[in-house]
Amino acid sequence: MIRLVSPARLRELGILGMNRRNISFIGTHNRRKNYRLADNKLATKSAALSRGLPVPKLYGTIESQSQIKSMAAQLADKPSFVIKPAQGSGGKGILVVTGRADGLFVKSSGLVIDEREIQKHTSNILAGLYSLGGRNDSAMVEALIDFDPRLQDYSVEGVPDIRIIVFRGVPVMAMMRCATHASDGKANLHQGAVGVGLDIGTGQSLHAVQYNRIINQHPDSGKGFADLAIPHWHQVLDLAASCASMTGLGYLGADIVLDLQGGPMLLELNARPGLAIQVANQAGLRWRLAAAAEIADRTTDQAEKIQWACEQFTREPAGQLDLVIN
Amino acid sequence: MFSTRVQAILVASMLIGLGLGLTLYKAISLGFPLLPGEYRDVWTLESKINFEPSAKGPVEIELRLPEMLTGWTAADEHFASSGFGFAVIDGPAETMAGAENAEIAESSGQKLTETDRRARWTRQQLERPTTLYYKLQIYRSVEPQPLPAIVPPIVPPPLLEEDQLAAMERLVAKLDSVSSGPESFTGLLIQEINSQSPDQDTLFLLSSYREDSAVVILDVLAYRGISAIRVRGIVLEDGRRRQTLSSLIEIHGAESSIVFNPKTAATGLPDNFFVWQRGDSAILNVMGGRNSSLEFALVSNRLPAKTLIGMGQASPEIDFLDFSIYALPVEQQGIFKGLLLIPVAALIVVLMRILVGVRTSGTFMPVLLALAFIQTTLVVGLMIFIALLGIGLWIRSYLSHLNLLLVSRVAAVIIVVILLMAILAVISYKLGLDQALTVTFFPTVIVAWTIERMSILWEEEGGYEVLVQGSGSLIVAVMAYLTMSNAVVAHLTFNFPELMLSLLGVILLLGKYTGFRLSELYRFRDMGRLK
Repeated sequence: MIRLVSPARLRELGILGMNRRNISFIGTHNRRKNYRLADNKLATKSAALSRGLPVPKLYGTIESQSQIKSMAAQLADKPSFVIKPAQGSGGKGILVVTGRADGLFVKSSGLVIDEREIQKHTSNILAGLYSLGGRNDSAMVEALIDFDPRLQDYSVEGVPDIRIIVFRGVPVMAMMRCATHASDGKANLHQGAVGVGLDIGTGQSLHAVQYNRIINQHPDSGKGFADLAIPHWHQVLDLAASCASMTGLGYLGADIVLDLQGGPMLLELNARPGLAIQVANQAGLRWRLAAAAEIADRTTDQAEKIQWACEQFTREPAGQLDLVIN
Repeated sequence: MFSTRVQAILVASMLIGLGLGLTLYKAISLGFPLLPGEYRDVWTLESKINFEPSAKGPVEIELRLPEMLTGWTAADEHFASSGFGFAVIDGPAETMAGAENAEIAESSGQKLTETDRRARWTRQQLERPTTLYYKLQIYRSVEPQPLPAIVPPIVPPPLLEEDQLAAMERLVAKLDSVSSGPESFTGLLIQEINSQSPDQDTLFLLSSYREDSAVVILDVLAYRGISAIRVRGIVLEDGRRRQTLSSLIEIHGAESSIVFNPKTAATGLPDNFFVWQRGDSAILNVMGGRNSSLEFALVSNRLPAKTLIGMGQASPEIDFLDFSIYALPVEQQGIFKGLLLIPVAALIVVLMRILVGVRTSGTFMPVLLALAFIQTTLVVGLMIFIALLGIGLWIRSYLSHLNLLLVSRVAAVIIVVILLMAILAVISYKLGLDQALTVTFFPTVIVAWTIERMSILWEEEGGYEVLVQGSGSLIVAVMAYLTMSNAVVAHLTFNFPELMLSLLGVILLLGKYTGFRLSELYRFRDMGRLK
């Protein structure tokens, strides 16, 4: 027998459903003309650069099939790099090269591929294989994130990223997504990645969830999640909150990575962030969103918004705990 | 200004109210039953007379109107005759000197019927090819009945060339030796004429006659001294356009008459055969015109018995009917019959996606699938679709290996799908599985895109996601199909198209639904329980 939870219980927990997200948040607060900046990673990157927000370094873009032949030569001096579609979604079509061996390329999974494979992958990106609706796309080549060793064993075969939901400039909920062997190095929760709920106030882990089950350690590395704390947490929150004014999107998900040298960097933005973050936090979004709306009504100053959010959306007895579920 | 939510609710409730109000008015004041049941199948026959004027001068077209035999009753008839003088004449046919008989016409001129109604269009001058319309609505008021008995006409033996005569004599002698009476003679004759390998005499007769084989059959019967006449009429098939008159052969025995199908030798008058005329006289006479043809478009509706009775008289109900779908030409009525079901299917998709949260591949792809299922029937349709999808995905996986550009890859998949459909049709036809021929009703391009999308989904998210979305699409398609093929739904959408307004209102309301989906009650089932 399939076990269901009653809608009343979900309301009590403050869970945000897909229909309400679409109508009351995305439909109301995200204007369609602002989507472009989030949907196209190249546009996101140039907007971030013009505001001085840190992003992974762009080596170059490939816009036509004719450029593909010369790309290997141009990348000769780069031992590692990442090729991704500018308009991809959900981490699709990302090829990570971590090093070279005998003129061949080593992928993050350890697999060795040749130049032809790289060209074929890029050609697929341009043809729109990984883009929404199969539109023609361009490929971008970025520097590989040299991720902070403090997060070393929390993610296997892929870079861990931090997803923060920002509503009207207020960071509302956060999680770290850790790739596993089962998720094939992708940070996609329903493919088996681990979602770690993060305390907005401190950047410390709340709990980790894989396949809808609470786990205490990474299934592959065995590293325990209990003592996970994100370094540079305040910078992470500040970077995420800056994206709201940059894009004009009222409801967005910012994906941030931690680089050893560069610190927190903006990886990509999402104008339709998913609901799985609620599972990772074991908490509903609705009351937090209502509280965030109050904060945004009270102040327009970004630092103040973050300050309020840190006080309200935390376990530490610092603010009005009555607004927080669990 | 109202918030969008209030606006949506206001507009939606107005639409729902309007739709329900109109429906209730029709149901209560005009007596349209809300449920099918006291219904009659009403056939609308639209006869189209096409012809070209042959020279300057007057044009006269005469169409013999059918008699209501074998249990049929006419509900309504209508003539379109703009620019023509028009009259309906009762009485014996005058011979029209110099009239060019239409291809249907065969003038042996024997009068077999009591009444003889004809419609006559006249015009002094005509420049361009013209089409005249005669629309007739009929229904069965009583159970199908045999053709009324008539005095067997004495048919004179045919006038033939000598060699034809000799051939006919041998054929009759051969058939006589194996038959036991007029009935079995006729049956054997029809089988002989239609057989794959007729003997020399039959072959000669068939080739020396210019007309259809029914004429040969009638002549042989006349030669043999069996009283036989041709029965012309229309095979009633819903949604047919460009239907032409078919012939049956009626032979008169000692006490009763028997009707034969001149192609299959099957006896008896089929229930779906509407008799237009018995006997061989011309149905269409065109004077001052040429290249005339007579075609029929057919559509079947279920109409309340009560309305049918009212249709003969001039009452306000008819004025109202003039503003309904029934006022349209028959061909368009047939199209709307299908079209009006699509909103219901769209509602099913909306319900399943917003309230249940079923994931489908392509938002309205299930509707197109359901429309195809209506043509193919459910089980056959499902099997064909799964076969197409399976083989298509398999071939697509090879194309993916070839590393092609997207557009040519999708084009290649389209061609593969069409090839598969052709192969499936040919193989199943050879195996005698006629149902699989309906494979052509599947929207090719949609199937190709579905294969493409599923294949990408497979590469990116794995076979499980393909299974989820594929079965989601199929479940929604099946539900849409079941709803669309429901008799009550078909009845309501066609007879009360104003219900579409209410449907629109409901869909607007659903578009503002912010509650949980059924799937979310499962997805978040462990929330708050894990710790």
